[in-house]
Parts: sequence; C-alpha cells; structure tokens
Amino acid sequence: MSISLFYFVAFLSIFFALLVIFAKNPVHSVLYLIVTFFTFTIHYILLNAQFLAIVNFIVYMGAIMVLFLFVLMLLNLNEGSIGSKSNLIKIIGVIAGMCLIITLVGSARVLNASEPLVLQTQDLGLVKNLGKVLFSKFLLPFEVSSILLLSAMVGAVLLAKKEIKQV
Amino acid sequence: MELAFIIEKFALVTVIFMISLTVAAYSTLAERKIAGYLQDRVGPNRAGPGGMFQPLADGLKMFFKEEIIPTDSSKALFILGPSLALLTSLIGSAVIPWGESIQIAGRLVSLQIADVNVGILYIFGVVSLGVYGIMIGGWASNNKFSLMGAIRAASQSISYEIPMGLSIIALLMATNTLSMKEIAEQQHGMNWNIFYQPLGFIIFLVCSFAETNRTPFDLPECETELVGGYHTEYSGFKMGAFMFAEYLNMFLASAVMSTLYFGGYNYPGMDWVNSMLGPLFGPLIGMGVLLVKIFAFIFFFMWVRWTVPRFRYDQLMNLGWKVLIPLAIANIVITGIVITIFDKL
Repeated sequence: MSISLFYFVAFLSIFFALLVIFAKNPVHSVLYLIVTFFTFTIHYILLNAQFLAIVNFIVYMGAIMVLFLFVLMLLNLNEGSIGSKSNLIKIIGVIAGMCLIITLVGSARVLNASEPLVLQTQDLGLVKNLGKVLFSKFLLPFEVSSILLLSAMVGAVLLAKKEIKQV
Repeated sequence: MELAFIIEKFALVTVIFMISLTVAAYSTLAERKIAGYLQDRVGPNRAGPGGMFQPLADGLKMFFKEEIIPTDSSKALFILGPSLALLTSLIGSAVIPWGESIQIAGRLVSLQIADVNVGILYIFGVVSLGVYGIMIGGWASNNKFSLMGAIRAASQSISYEIPMGLSIIALLMATNTLSMKEIAEQQHGMNWNIFYQPLGFIIFLVCSFAETNRTPFDLPECETELVGGYHTEYSGFKMGAFMFAEYLNMFLASAVMSTLYFGGYNYPGMDWVNSMLGPLFGPLIGMGVLLVKIFAFIFFFMWVRWTVPRFRYDQLMNLGWKVLIPLAIANIVITGIVITIFDKL
C-alpha cells in the first residue's frame, strides 16, 4: 500500500517537474512548479514528517511561489518577447547537455540500491521533537542560518533603497 | 478503517459542508440587510417573507446567466481560478473542532473531521493557498484591471500573512500546542485565550480582514479604481464562485477566531448543562454556541464594511509592515517574559 503510493507520488513529482521545463509559457511553468512542490508535501507526509510537510506547504507553495508568480505576471513574458537565441548559445547548450548525459550515464552504471533507512522513532518528525533537536543539538547551525537569512534581507533592502545624495 | 468510522466521517463532512454553504448563501442576504439597516433603508424584501428566498433567487440568476470567456484569455486557467478559490475556502474547516465528542448508540463520535497535530499550521497553509485562485483568475482574464487586482491581492496577502503568523506564535507560546482540539479543550468554561492574548487577537482580527479581502482592505476589487478588480471579466457562476469563496472565507476566519481566542464551543456553565442534557445534546448545545460566536463575528465583518472606508494602497502596506509586524513581535516578547516570570513563581 505505502510503497505503491510512494511510486505513484514519485511519478507525479517527476511528471510535473518535466512539465515545468517543457511548458512554453513561464506562468504555466510556475503553476506546474507549485504542483511539484505539492507532491513533495505528500512525500513528507508519507515519511511522517508532518511539520516539514506543512512548512514546505506554507513557505514554498504559499509564499515563495506567490512571489515567483507575482514577478512573472508583471513581466508578462511570452514566446515572442524572449527573442531568438544566437548560435553561440545553442552550441553552449548542446555541450552542456552532452556533459549532463555523460554524467548521468556514468552514474547510472555504478548504481546500486542503498540500505533502507530505519527510523529510530516513528514520531521523529513531529514539532515537539524537531524543536527540541533544533534548540539543543543543532543550535549553532540553526542560529547561523538565521543570521544568513537576516543578512540577505538587509542586503536586499540596501539594494532596493535609493542612494542618499551627498550634501 | 472500519465501516462505521468511514460513515461517521462522511456524515460529518456532509453536515459541515451543508452548514458552510448555507451560511455563505445567507451571508449574502445578511450583508444586504445589514447594509440596508446601517444606511437607513429596507434592503431586499421582495423574494419570500422579508426577502428570505433572495439567496435562492440570486443563485438561480447566476446559473442562468450567460458565461462569457474572453477570447484572448487562457481558457483552462480562466476556469481554474474560481474553482481553486472555492476549493481552498472549503477545505479549511476540516480541522475546526465543532464540539465535544457526542455519544450516539454507545459510540463516541468526535465532532472534528481531522485532528491533525499541526492543525493551526494547516489552516495557515490553506489561507496562504487561497490567493492563488485570485491570482490565476486575474492573470488569465488578460485584462489590465484584473491583473492589477490580482497583483494587489498577492502583495496584500503576503504582507498580512507575516503579522498573522507572528500573532499565532504568541498564542502557541501561551497554549503549548498546535492542535486545534487541544486549544479548544484548554479554554474550558470561561478560560478563553482572549484574556491572555488581547493584543494578539486584535492583530489576528485585522489580518483576517486583509486575508479575506474585506473592506477596509478590499483593494483587489476596488471598484473606484479597477472596475471590478480581479473578477472584472467574470460572469455567471464563475463570478458567483468568487463571491461565494469570499463569504466562505469569512465564515472560516470567524470559526478560527472563535476557536482560537473565544473558547470555541466552550461557554460558562457548560458542565452543568452537559450533566442535565446528557452526552448527546450537551455537546450539540456547545456546537450551537460556537455557531452563535461565528455569526457574531460575521456580523462584525459586515458592520466594519459599512462603517470604515477603504484604505489607500500605501496606507495598507504601511499598516502591515510598520505597525502590525512590530506590534506582533512586541507581543511575542511580552508573552515570553510573562510566561518566564510565571514559571519562576
């Protein structure tokens, strides 16, 4: 039951991720990306990580993708406005794609199944346990990442602000 | 997953669904009646006694109107927009505890559809998803006024989600749980959260107005500047779906505020009533009390709509970012200090 459900959701994830790339219209791409994130939320729920699932839902689907959609709606890009690509860009694209294929083939050759991960406790992903771990064992990385986010925010405000004229 | 469990949940979902739709339909009538009362006129009184059948007449009108899909719109998204708005406004009520467990034929039936242990965050997620319906609909219409409305809706909803989340954090610090059921149980009798979190409640209330796009924050559909905002191009039942979604959101926001801050199904003297009426009718009285609280909030929403004029766009952003967010952070700090002092005592 659980494993077939996983394969179904995994298929949906990859299917919508491909649609993100193949959609002609950028707004459609973003909408498919939102659906892809939704399938990730289902993956988290299947792994019993409810907090991570709901945070992924709120932050990625509810906030970040709204901003993506916001910007793309304002730009209102379509096929005509991007313009045709030069030959140099096409050649670079072909080389980069070849490299990716070689890497994928090479890594597929040495593929073997990993050991199945066994959770020590079933309710590891619940809010209470997650909070306790974050504020004891991983306190330093947690605080450092929050400072990183704060500095990014201050930097964005600084860039957006108009320059003050020298007197 | 026994059969009785499935039947029980199915029945509960059906009942909540019917109640939500009925309340939303009659909210449209109540809005016009209250507007009439506040402006010293009669309001709709032609269909049925005192205008009782007006929602039915409106519904029929919307069904029979011609549906126009603009030529240059993207059709699939044009239909998806109102559908998504209606969907997100309906799924939120799944985690609201509508009452204590009732006993039917020796079986304890919970009056909550799903007791998710991150219930508050679920509601928050559904609310943040609600803006997609408006954005998709507004963009798909291929009309500059619709697009302006959609963009306003997006920026407004992102701005007001932050103080809303921060006010919920202070509430969580006071209650120590994310489950709606436990929060409702903690407020037994008259031990309501409003007495512990008055500032948090006011912030939450203001943000609810913004999230449901109600006046004074109804800039996405500001008629004086944007014709009809994001639903300018919509007609017939698609327009009705957007309107319905707004009233359903109002119902959900009222239910959430009643549960989080005003005790939900709890009322003073409920133990005595429960012991008098038994385990079937006692909790049903509690459910009635919750509905009365919800109606009071819906009335408040309408009262404000016909009293306070619309904000200007920059005023809206200033209020959100420069007033509500600092206030919400101050509320968290104060709550933390008070909890620490009380723990030490």
